[in-house]
Amino acid sequence: MSTPDSADPTARARDLLGVSRLTNRALSGALHGLHGVDQVGCELRAAALGTRSIKADSKRWAIDLAISMIDLTTLEGADTPGKVRGLATRALVPDPSDPSTPSPAAVCVYGDMVATARETLGDSPIRVAAVATAFPSGRASLPVKLADTKDAIAAGADEIDMVIDRGAFLAGDYLTVFREIVAVKQACTRADGRAARLKVIMETGELVTLDNVRRASWLCMLAGADFIKTSTGKISPAATLPVTLVMLEAVRDWREHTGDMVGVKPAGGIRTSKDAISFLVAVHEVAGEDWLDNQWFRFGASSLLNDLILQRQRMTIGAYSGADYIADDAPSAY
Amino acid sequence: MPTFDYAPAPESRSVVTLAPSYDLFINGEFVDASGGTPFATINPATEETLAMVAEASAADVDRAVKAARTAYTRVWSRMSGADRGKYLYRIARLLQERSREFAVLETLDNGKPIKETRDVDVPLAAAHFFYHAGWADKLEYATLGANPRPYGVVGQVIPWNFPLLMLAWKIAPALACGNTVVLKPAETTPLTALLFAEICQQAELPPGVVNIVTGAGATGQAIVDHPGIDKLAFTGSTAVGKMIAHAIAGTRKKATLELGGKAANIIFDDAPIDQAIEGIVSGIFFNQGQVCCAGSRLLVQESIAEEVVRRFKRRLETLRVGDPLDKNTDVGAINSARQLARITELAAVGEAEGAVRWDTGCPLPKNGFWFRPTVFTEVSQSHRIAQEEIFGPVLSVLTFRTPGEAVAKANNTPYGLSAGVWTEKGSRILWMADQLRAGVIWANTFNRFDPTSPFGGYKESGYGREGGRHGLEAYVRTEVSA
Repeated sequence: MSTPDSADPTARARDLLGVSRLTNRALSGALHGLHGVDQVGCELRAAALGTRSIKADSKRWAIDLAISMIDLTTLEGADTPGKVRGLATRALVPDPSDPSTPSPAAVCVYGDMVATARETLGDSPIRVAAVATAFPSGRASLPVKLADTKDAIAAGADEIDMVIDRGAFLAGDYLTVFREIVAVKQACTRADGRAARLKVIMETGELVTLDNVRRASWLCMLAGADFIKTSTGKISPAATLPVTLVMLEAVRDWREHTGDMVGVKPAGGIRTSKDAISFLVAVHEVAGEDWLDNQWFRFGASSLLNDLILQRQRMTIGAYSGADYIADDAPSAY
Repeated sequence: MPTFDYAPAPESRSVVTLAPSYDLFINGEFVDASGGTPFATINPATEETLAMVAEASAADVDRAVKAARTAYTRVWSRMSGADRGKYLYRIARLLQERSREFAVLETLDNGKPIKETRDVDVPLAAAHFFYHAGWADKLEYATLGANPRPYGVVGQVIPWNFPLLMLAWKIAPALACGNTVVLKPAETTPLTALLFAEICQQAELPPGVVNIVTGAGATGQAIVDHPGIDKLAFTGSTAVGKMIAHAIAGTRKKATLELGGKAANIIFDDAPIDQAIEGIVSGIFFNQGQVCCAGSRLLVQESIAEEVVRRFKRRLETLRVGDPLDKNTDVGAINSARQLARITELAAVGEAEGAVRWDTGCPLPKNGFWFRPTVFTEVSQSHRIAQEEIFGPVLSVLTFRTPGEAVAKANNTPYGLSAGVWTEKGSRILWMADQLRAGVIWANTFNRFDPTSPFGGYKESGYGREGGRHGLEAYVRTEVSA
């Protein structure tokens, strides 16, 4: 199928769907025509991927890759400039005892903290991602969501993590979800023409079924998402392996369909190196190795970095160090 | 960017202690064989000799049957069901405790991947003992008929594809129902049965309740022919199953036979496609396809055939073939040179008949018995590879147009052990299950086993059931009360 102008997602969606006018009915037809997902089978496959045993050099490689894929995140009402500065400094120096440690991909904060993060990160390649569009609930009018986005862009955000309108999705109003994503994507373009990459959070914990996850993934990709992301981190369950598996299948099939790659970002609940490596195994065996790059796969996480560093140190010195040997700039305040 | 190569992750062999040679297990002790010629059992992944194993002669089988008879009359048939259950629970727990040892030994002797022995064979074997331990004191309530009583001495002959698991499927219900057992493991895979004999000693199972005699066809024949055997249970090829049925015709012996299969795995156009692909993979490549209920015939709706084959081939590229002891191995070694020859021959027949052969061309280890996961497309119902059981990692792809045609093609085989149906339409699953002449029908899954679920075949796939309440019927006599 041809992909005419990806700058006009509506035209492209029309083309992909083979319709002259993009209606909710056309979208529903396409999304409901996707193959179903059998939950039991999907969970079995995820569990099987989780049993892969990644050792020695491959483990060392996977740990460094995982670190480089982290969107180091703080999204608390209690975030202060000090907390955000600490987090950004941690991104710059993830392990003071070993300068060879790679840096995370980005620091992810609320829009009003973008400038603070940007200032600390300076001209380092670490990006600043901002959550926007009335994160986490997304319950605001479109103008408010767009203002929220533009605000973050103006403050210097390189990436925007938006949320979809889950209410509209669950009500079957796919066109509204589509239009919002398209509008936010437009708002991601700066005055100089450069655009922030757009991650679209589906909040899979609220969509519940894997069929919904697959449909929402395709809807986001149709609307021009650069990344599809599982969760806000505010709803449980957040990023599970079966949900991420369905999303990886979706981006794989999307590329087959359109030739374009879309990134995947599981966020929330991934805390251990073992978990992270299981996700990387899934990326490798389901989407393919092209996705094994922080351009195409991210972890939204706050404490994961600590465990990855712990494991990394263990592989270097041959013994576990301990929490006191991991410099932590974002401990719990409570 | 370097690729994500998984470093070798071999399970340690050190947990297993191999003796240079093994004797027969009769009357609770390991005893020398009389007369037979010891044979080697090898690791099919390397062709290294693991141990020498005694060959039981007819005289040895006679000793074993007598020991089983004595144990039956004096001890086991008089013991309360609750006490029999205690022994079975004990065996189940010991299997769990020594699960790693069993898993490694099974992989060494059979060639199947450690992830399968670790996650399927051994846990399921233990589960069968746990399940049947629970039945031992409740047989009266299993609606088997009035006054269910054991047969007496049961002769059991099991195959090499699931050595320990088939042992568990046979021994657990037999013992729960109060029978004693003479069991012969397959000649290429006797080691876990002999380790199980140690478990019987460790559990202090009364001597003679379980006897294990090793050997090949002649030993099996001696069991079948022995007049002291009350009941036979066999899992293996249809050809041998027929010989057994002939041999016991006209005698008082009963038999249950679990034989070959040529299962249809049926994919409708509304199937959950990614999971169906997984189901096709596990259906035919689980245990290198050496599974009697393997989904060796893929029946796919013609409208999606191309897509399914394309996705399936892509999935095969990620299968890891190699060292069975490596925890990341998906497909291990073929069990024997003989079986490899059989698979190779039938695959060549498929090509000669005009079907299109495809495999990934992945490298195979130098030593040992290996066969690449292989798929044949453009297969017709009249091709031999669509009719005969290959018992290897070879899938034949056929197409259908309507549900009726799918059923007709699925049933058009002398076998009838299992089938798989993939569709999101619940009513169609039920209709298909009703129409398919197969003992086990999986809906949106394949090759899943559970001790609570009966397993067995139609037509040339044998008779009798194993597992569940139905499986108990194979090991009890009932009477019509006057």
